Amino acid sequence: MNMPDSILEEKTGVVEGQPPWRRFASDFCESRLAVAGLTIFVLIALSAIFAPWITPQDPYDLMQIDILDGRLPPGSVSGEMTYLLGTDDQGRDMLSGIFYGLRTSLSVGAASTLIALFLGGSVGLIAAYFGGRVDTIIMRVADLQLSFPAILIALILVSILGQGVDKIIIALVGVQWAYYARTIRGTALVERRREYIEAATCLALSHRRIVFRHLLPNCTPPLIVVGTVQVAHAIALEATLSFLGIGIPITEPSLGLLIKNGFDYMLSGDYWISFYPGIALLITIVSINLVGDQLRDVLNPRLQR
Amino acid sequence: MAETLLTAQGLEVHFPIKKGVLSRTVGHVFAVDGVDFHLKQGETLGIVGESGCGKTTAGMAVMGLTPVTGGTISFQGRDISSFGRRDWQRYRRTIQLIFQDPYSSLNPRMTVNQILADPMDVHGVFTGAERKKRIAYLLEAVGLSPEQGRRYPHEFSGGQRQRIGIARALALGPSIIIGDEPVSALDVSIQAQIINLLLALKEEFDLSLIIISHDLAVIEYLCDRIMVMYLGKIIEQAPYRPLYHAPKHPYTRALLAAAPVADPGREKQRIILTGDVPSPINPPSGCRFHTRCPHRMAICDTEEPRFQPAGEQHLVACHLYPEHPLE
Repeated sequence: MNMPDSILEEKTGVVEGQPPWRRFASDFCESRLAVAGLTIFVLIALSAIFAPWITPQDPYDLMQIDILDGRLPPGSVSGEMTYLLGTDDQGRDMLSGIFYGLRTSLSVGAASTLIALFLGGSVGLIAAYFGGRVDTIIMRVADLQLSFPAILIALILVSILGQGVDKIIIALVGVQWAYYARTIRGTALVERRREYIEAATCLALSHRRIVFRHLLPNCTPPLIVVGTVQVAHAIALEATLSFLGIGIPITEPSLGLLIKNGFDYMLSGDYWISFYPGIALLITIVSINLVGDQLRDVLNPRLQR
Repeated sequence: MAETLLTAQGLEVHFPIKKGVLSRTVGHVFAVDGVDFHLKQGETLGIVGESGCGKTTAGMAVMGLTPVTGGTISFQGRDISSFGRRDWQRYRRTIQLIFQDPYSSLNPRMTVNQILADPMDVHGVFTGAERKKRIAYLLEAVGLSPEQGRRYPHEFSGGQRQRIGIARALALGPSIIIGDEPVSALDVSIQAQIINLLLALKEEFDLSLIIISHDLAVIEYLCDRIMVMYLGKIIEQAPYRPLYHAPKHPYTRALLAAAPVADPGREKQRIILTGDVPSPINPPSGCRFHTRCPHRMAICDTEEPRFQPAGEQHLVACHLYPEHPLE
């Protein structure tokens, strides 16, 4: 075929090939605060994952704890053990307790977020893609749910379901799904009006393929941002429920439960039993939020440089 | 005589206007209101008109992207409303669309190779090693290099993206391509390249084209036969030479007079229409153009004009013909 002019085709506007993830990574690293947040979060996550191997004591092995070591202040030495952060009323090392607590808190937070992301994301996508009555029904249910305070919904769900890690996860999913549904619906409504979706329809692609291969990948950025922030929310909510004593059973204490345990001793001067788990919770949530904020800036198309 | 591929008869697309909580239908937008046309093998048909005249909707109806409220569209003699799932699959392999906006018509998360492979995947054609060859062939056919297939759409310029869109339309080996304003979003210098590309591809792939555009120059360059639409109706159709050199309908004349000509010395007679295009929700009675027509007669207000022959293959819907032809 004879097309000499294609050689002269505009050279401008061609961005040299840089994989999208690398540009994303370099944009993310522009904020030192976010990098610090990410580093801290990774350290926290690692210490939670490897808690059984790195803690000086297994706080739930009755052979290893001695009730006589109860409520030792931070830095006390008893036998071979040095209690850097003190002990609780049962004589358990607070540092080990916090690592184990993080394990529970993080896994509950992550599991509930992933499940809620999947469920909420699916119904939100379906609502946006099919529109009409399906959309109305799904989104009105989401609105209804969002009009109640999250803690109230969680309390009701837990009181119906009972205690247990799995029940708490279900309750947190019940609270969170609507955020994802709403977020993804908003994005998907914009994306589905674009011509590449119409082109996919013209090519006789199935609904499933259009939704999952064309629509979903273009709706993920806001979902990632909301997901990150919601992990922090989930962890805080779980801590609140545990603090109220209706969350995680006492056999698998989370940070919230540790705080609750120490609360009784706060006024008698044994601040550390509540204080250090509280600090751990704070650092976790702040670091996740720092990452989330930067993700929002990097993934926001309106701020794209 | 060449085989007729596509026929539309009395095609109507009316969009309901819904209001209130109960979504009551309070009226209709008469986007396309009784349109007849046909497309022959190897022909390029142009549909021209100002924005809002229903030309895009007509294209969408042919693609099955918008519900048809009246009339029929038939492909090789079969009514497309009677198509089952399998027929639709086959139909969409033979008829494809090129979109106006090359920036939103390509999925930004897929590489060019993936964009081209996607339809082949779904239709189960060109599998294995053959697919790679086919993609390379398509990219070369539209003037890109096969190495560029690994890139994402944002790495290309507008003209190159439009080439990718054309390659995607060709992926399944269609016989009809509908171009909905295929070059309007591009710079003028690149428009020419894309138009030449379309002409070359038409030969190479043995295509029949329907080009929808508001740009008379584009239509003139590409099309064998042209239909002029106004407010959901076709008011004139003719092969391109008589349409451009001896337009009959007052609207076509005004349209052609308004198009810029690249010749500063040429004396031009300007026809300035008064008023705006009436709303397609409440179209005028009789001839739809009568509210703005400089040659309006009494009959125009009440009676809808029928097509009158006005030359070889030249049809015009206007009460001036045949009794009072314009000079």
